[in-house]
Amino acid sequence: MNVTEQMITILMVVLGTMVTRFLPFLVFPSGKPTPKYIQYLGKVLPAAVFGLLVVYCLKGVTIFAGSHGIPELISILFVVLLHLWKRQMLFSIAGGTICYMLLVQLVF
Amino acid sequence: MKKEKSPVWKAAKAAFPHTIPIFAGFWFLSLTYGIYMNVSGFSFWYPMLMSLTIFAGSIEFVTVNMLLGAFNPLQAFAMTLMINARHLFYGISMLDKYRGMGWKKFYLIFGMCDESFSINYTADIPKDVDRGWFMFFVTLFNHFYWFSGSTLGGIFGSLIHFNTEGLEFVMTAMFVVIFMEQWMKEKKHTSALLGLGISFLCLIAFGAEQFIIPAMIAILGILTLLRTPIEKGGETA
Repeated sequence: MNVTEQMITILMVVLGTMVTRFLPFLVFPSGKPTPKYIQYLGKVLPAAVFGLLVVYCLKGVTIFAGSHGIPELISILFVVLLHLWKRQMLFSIAGGTICYMLLVQLVF
Repeated sequence: MKKEKSPVWKAAKAAFPHTIPIFAGFWFLSLTYGIYMNVSGFSFWYPMLMSLTIFAGSIEFVTVNMLLGAFNPLQAFAMTLMINARHLFYGISMLDKYRGMGWKKFYLIFGMCDESFSINYTADIPKDVDRGWFMFFVTLFNHFYWFSGSTLGGIFGSLIHFNTEGLEFVMTAMFVVIFMEQWMKEKKHTSALLGLGISFLCLIAFGAEQFIIPAMIAILGILTLLRTPIEKGGETA
């Protein structure tokens, strides 16, 4: 990607973010009730999107080559354990990242 | 007028304590984000510009990946809409609270990240504090924490002498934690499991570079088809 393409990409992300933030204020200008379908999506979509994001993060993992995704698997389990234990977001994120860094730097 | 009596100053002082936990969290994540951009080969101008204009943490991490990949503006736009779709529902919740805020309303909506939304939605603002300025400062402080951390990470990332290999896992860890938080809050997990399962199938079927948009369409389609059983199952209660 050249600089122009990078700027266009960033601009698209800015635009997309602004659409998601401003749209409700444009579509539902006053206290009218929100359509039921939109309310439904508001409740069920986030969980599915977070699932998609987890898969997105792992899209580069190769099961049949390299480290076979073992450092990723161990680190994710570690994040889950830390989070079940303390339920402190930053603690779980930091712990999992350090675990992964140690694994890929020292073991695999 | 003495400085202490100005409603603006008063609102700033009332807002600041609410943002202290965000300061800690944002600095950890934004410094990491700036360092991550730096070690990915980007000048500090990138995290600086992106933290200022995008101001939405998770998509900024994803944008680093997109900038390193092939040029695909449509996918960048669609990906952003999908990741930030939750903002639509923050907006719906804030329709009343942000009403009548004049010029500040534009900035309040522009800066409505997860954390600004959470505070402005839940904070008990004292009666004698101007609500518009209070919410304005919550947003501004958060924006500044994110911006300063990202920029410093971008500048000083090159001075870091420890081995940063594997630092990119911070994004995976963050989404795993967010996924778990969502999981713990809900009674039934149909949507969460659908999201994981459909995405995984699409990854296998379409490959790493092409799977996102089909996965998004499939998730939206299947959730729409399953609306009646999911609503009857009490998932949305």
